[in-house]
Amino acid sequence: MSGFRTLFYKEVLRFWKVATQTVAAPVLTALLYLLIFSHVLESHVRVYGTVSYTAFLVPGLVMMSVLQNAFANSSSSLIQSKVTGNIIFVLLPPISYREFYAAYVLAAVVRGLVVGLGVLVATIWFAPLEVDNPLWVLAFAVLGGGMLGSLGVVAGIWADKFDQLAAFQNFLIMPLTFLSGVFYSIHSLPPFWQRLSHFNPVFYMIDGFRHGFFGVSDVSPWLSLGIVGACFALLCMLTLFMLERGYKLRN
Amino acid sequence: MTPAISVHQVAKRFGAVEALAGVDLVVAEGEFFGLLGPNGAGKTTLISALAGLVRVDGGRIEVMGCDVVEDYRNARRQLGVVPQELVFDPFFSVRETLRIQSGYFGIRGNEDWIDEILENLDLTSKANANMRTLSGGMKRRVLVAQALVHRPPVIVLDEPTAGVDVELRQTLWQFIRRLNRDGHTIVLTTHYLEEAESLCGRIAMLKAGRVVALDSTANLLRRFSSHALRLRLGPGAALPPSAALRATEKDGVWSLAFDRFEEIEPILAELRAAGCSLEDLEIGKPDLEEVFIRVMHGLQGERGS
Repeated sequence: MSGFRTLFYKEVLRFWKVATQTVAAPVLTALLYLLIFSHVLESHVRVYGTVSYTAFLVPGLVMMSVLQNAFANSSSSLIQSKVTGNIIFVLLPPISYREFYAAYVLAAVVRGLVVGLGVLVATIWFAPLEVDNPLWVLAFAVLGGGMLGSLGVVAGIWADKFDQLAAFQNFLIMPLTFLSGVFYSIHSLPPFWQRLSHFNPVFYMIDGFRHGFFGVSDVSPWLSLGIVGACFALLCMLTLFMLERGYKLRN
Repeated sequence: MTPAISVHQVAKRFGAVEALAGVDLVVAEGEFFGLLGPNGAGKTTLISALAGLVRVDGGRIEVMGCDVVEDYRNARRQLGVVPQELVFDPFFSVRETLRIQSGYFGIRGNEDWIDEILENLDLTSKANANMRTLSGGMKRRVLVAQALVHRPPVIVLDEPTAGVDVELRQTLWQFIRRLNRDGHTIVLTTHYLEEAESLCGRIAMLKAGRVVALDSTANLLRRFSSHALRLRLGPGAALPPSAALRATEKDGVWSLAFDRFEEIEPILAELRAAGCSLEDLEIGKPDLEEVFIRVMHGLQGERGS
């Protein structure tokens, strides 16, 4: 177990040592989104009848930050270690593939939560914070962070070069998060796009997360929890399978 | 006694390339063992397989009796590997690096041993320096230190002195020799044959994924090499035909092999009788480089046969 603990600690220390880049920068980005979009849309849009646009946007931005940073943490750590070769330091010790997986994903969740909390605190001055049910908030943040952290492990192991990882990020992660209802309720979309959104697992993460704040959402939080949980379990199995086989790491 | 390393019929392919073609090797506990071979011979693949960095296609490998696949946790605890590439984690200082590496092996509170390693590798003054700021030689020392944090009984060094200055090489070998005296088994790959000759008790030579020679260093030198009489002739002089037949020439220096020193006198007498004038004469000792070249060119037999 202690191999896992050290690897987890090392992964947290790694992003914490460069917190300006890994925590402060994404918080600022989210804040800029909030300033611009709320300036443009605040007076035009109301959601769920009563919720102001700025208040609606905040949880979306928080969750988007959690997801993107969880992905960034595991994927960039792995690709850096692979490219520089220092991945060997974690492959030589008696660390099992399950410990390896748990350490990277858990550190990714921690980074996601730290950034998410940062965004929440930074935006507190722009919209009154109300939390209907903190358990939903926490459940979706952890599950979503875990899922994207896991996806980051897959991407970090699969990619041989930084541009391949960037492609993964730009062509998969960004569209999935941006088209998931961070900036809008999908009920405002044309029917085709609304149906399409239901195939995006990130939509359920954002929607369930938001339910924790407002007590209302586009779909039932239980449905969201089921779908996010199932997707996470599936991805978890895939990643563990890759690691067990030593795909690209032990070959 | 359980051997330190036992490699049985190990095979590994990378696509069309046969990196290891059924390697058998046993290294006893306490040995200082050399693994030699040209680039691409399979040395690094073999070491990677030993360390669990590469999965082999066939055969089995044990470290101190622990299978490197089935009992990988124990096998890896027995093994310290100094990798060939100069790798480091730029986020951490030397001490942090060593603490983290100890933690990976489940060791906490390893400060005393870490201090001792730092001292022995002349790294104490750099303990709190970030890895990025170290010179190449210093980074190499940290790699050695990292391989030792868990006090492994078996230590593998994959070309540890490539690109390292003379002073460090001396420090490093002194330390490694001491570890060997203390009972650690050492496996070394190197391009510097004189290093292998002076350090290793036994040597395996690899070529195209096969062991082509495996013997004690002394035996290899005896079997494949010999003393040589090296001559530089005076202007216009030529070797008498009988001597020329058994001599080889390189850059104007003739070289005649012999086993016993009594053989020298008749050769010189022959030269004198032929009126052959000499400019320079020296007696060369057998050396591993000659052995290496002969083995790699497939000269399997005894000298002269």
